[in-house]
Amino acid sequence: MSIHDLSVPIAVPARSWRDRLGSIVPILVLAPSLAASFVYVFVFTGWTLYLSLSDSTLLPSYGFAGLDNYVSLWSNRRWNIAYTNLFLFSGFYIVGSMAVGLLLAILIDQRVRGEAVWRTIFLYPLAVSFIVTGTVWSWLYNPADGIQALVRGLGWSDFSFALTSDRNHAIYAVIITGVWQSSGFAMALFLAGLRSVDPDLVKAAQIDGASVVRTYRKVILPTIAPIFLAVAVIQIQFAIKTFDLVAALTRGGPGISTTFPAIYVYDLMFQRGEIGEGAAAAVMMLAALAVVLVPYSLWVVWRRRAEAGNG
Amino acid sequence: MAELAAAIDLEAASASRRHFWSRFAIYGLLTVFAAIYLIPLLVVVFNSFREQAEIARDGLISLPKTFRLEAWTQAWSTYCIAGTCQGMQRNFLNSLWMTIPATIISTLLGAVNGYVLSKWRFRGSEVLFTLMLLGVFMPGQIALMPWAFVLGKLGLTNSTYGLILVHVVQGISFTTLFCRNYYVGIPDDLIKAARIDGAGFWRIFWKIMMPLSPPILIVTVIWQFTGIWNEYLFGVVFTSGQAQPITAALVALTASGTTARSYDVMSAAVLIGALPPLLIYLFGGKYFVRGLTQGAIK
Repeated sequence: MSIHDLSVPIAVPARSWRDRLGSIVPILVLAPSLAASFVYVFVFTGWTLYLSLSDSTLLPSYGFAGLDNYVSLWSNRRWNIAYTNLFLFSGFYIVGSMAVGLLLAILIDQRVRGEAVWRTIFLYPLAVSFIVTGTVWSWLYNPADGIQALVRGLGWSDFSFALTSDRNHAIYAVIITGVWQSSGFAMALFLAGLRSVDPDLVKAAQIDGASVVRTYRKVILPTIAPIFLAVAVIQIQFAIKTFDLVAALTRGGPGISTTFPAIYVYDLMFQRGEIGEGAAAAVMMLAALAVVLVPYSLWVVWRRRAEAGNG
Repeated sequence: MAELAAAIDLEAASASRRHFWSRFAIYGLLTVFAAIYLIPLLVVVFNSFREQAEIARDGLISLPKTFRLEAWTQAWSTYCIAGTCQGMQRNFLNSLWMTIPATIISTLLGAVNGYVLSKWRFRGSEVLFTLMLLGVFMPGQIALMPWAFVLGKLGLTNSTYGLILVHVVQGISFTTLFCRNYYVGIPDDLIKAARIDGAGFWRIFWKIMMPLSPPILIVTVIWQFTGIWNEYLFGVVFTSGQAQPITAALVALTASGTTARSYDVMSAAVLIGALPPLLIYLFGGKYFVRGLTQGAIK
C-alpha cells in the first residue's frame, strides 16, 4: 500500500510545472478508458433500465410507464418458457460439464502418456465459436442426415435420436451440445487444481493405505472445493448469457420450445419492435447474473481476508 | 518357504493384473471421450472434401470415398448467401479487419491501464479498478439499445468500425484485469529505481514494463482475438448482409437452405469460420489455457 507514494516525485524539493504535468499523466492516460467503461457499465445499464420502465415500442421513447413492461413480460407464456429453459439448461449444463470435466481431469491426472495430446483434444471445442459448434451439431441431430440416420443405417432400424425436431426434447440437444463445448474448460480448471494439491498430503494418504478412489474423495477433492464453486459460477454466467449456441442450433425452436432469455431480448428488441419489454427482459438477465455474482464476489473477498488474517 | 514365495508371486501377479486393467480402463475411457470430441470435427473436415452426391447417398457421417476442393472454392468465393453470390470471403475479411484492430487497440489500452493501476496508484484507484471490472460481467443484451443509438449517432451502423468500437470498449475490462494482475507481480523497486534515475511515466513503460510484458500480452491477444472473432450477438444486431462478420454470415448461410442442403459447401464454410481461432489454439495452446484459467479465476 506504500505505492501511493510513487505518484509524489522523489527527491525533488520544488515542484516545477514539468513534475506537476508528470504526476497527472497517469490519470490522463487512464481517463479515456475510465470514461468508456463508466459509460458502458453505468450509463448503458441505466439507459436500458429506464427503457424497461418506459412506453417504448418500435422506437425508444421516454414516456414513463412504470412496471407495465415487467407485468407484460411475466405474463407472457414465451418468457416463462425461456425462464424455465434457463433453469433446466443451467442445472444440467453445470452438473454435466463439471462431471465430465472432473472425470477427464482425474483420468489425465493418472500419469497417462501423451497428456498434452489428450488435453488438446478435449479443449479444442472451446476455441471454436458457439455458432460453429451449434451449426455442426444441428446437422448431427438432423434425423434424416445425422446420428439417427447413421445408427439406423447400421441396422438398428427403429433407433430414435431426433432431439431437435421434438419440442419436448429439443432443450436436451442444447444441453448436450453445451456440455460438449464446455467440459474441456472445466477439465482445464480442475486439472490445474489437482496439480496444485500438496503432494505430501497425497503421499501421506497412500502410506496410510488409502485407495486411489478414497484418496481423491477424502483428500484431494475437498482441498480443491473452491475450484468447484468457481467453475459453477462461470458456467452459470455462460448459461444466463446463452444466445449464440441456441441461435445456431435450434433457433429457439421447434416452435418456442428452446427460447432463452437472451433470445427473447433479441427477438423483442429487433424483430418485434417491443423495445420496452425487451429491455425489461435484459434487466431480468442482469438481475439473474447479480443474484449469482454478488454473493460469490463477497464470498471471495471474505475468504481472501480470512486467509490473509490467518497467514 | 516355497509356499510363502508362491503366495507373494500370486499377490504380485494379481496386483499387476489389477494394474493392467486399471490402465486399460483409463486409456479406454480417454479414447471414448476423444472420439466424442473429435468426430464432429472429422465429419465437417471429411464432408468439405466429399462430393455432395456421395454425402446424400452415404449420409453425413461416413468415411470419405471422394476428394475434391470445389466446396472450398465455392464457399470462399461463389456460394450465395441471402441473394449475393460472393461466398464467405467478404465476411471473412470483415471479421479479420474487425478482429485485428480491436485486439491490438484493446490490448494496448489494457497494458497502459494495468501499468497505471499497478504502479502509479493514486487515491481511489482501487475503487476505479473495481468499477472497471464490472464490465467483465455485463451481459451484452443490456447494452444493445444504447449501442444501437450511439452507433447510429456516430454514423457507424452497419460498419466494421462500429463493431471495432464496441469490442474495444467491451474488451477494456478484460485486458485491464489481465495486465494489472500481471504487473502487480513486477517489483515496485524496479520502478522506484528508474524514477530516481530520472525516468518518466512513458520511459518506464517502454523501457521496463514492455520488455517484461510478452507473456501477458500473448495471453491477452489470444483471449481478445478468439473472443472477438467468435462473437455473434453484436455482429448480427449492428450489421447486415455484406457488412456482417463471419459468425453472422454462417448463421445466414445455414438458415437459407430451403433447397436440398449442400453439406459440402456448408462444411467448408464452417471450417473457414473456425480456422483462425483453431490455428491460434493449436499454435498457442499453452497461452490459450493460461488465458482461460486467468480469466476464469478472478
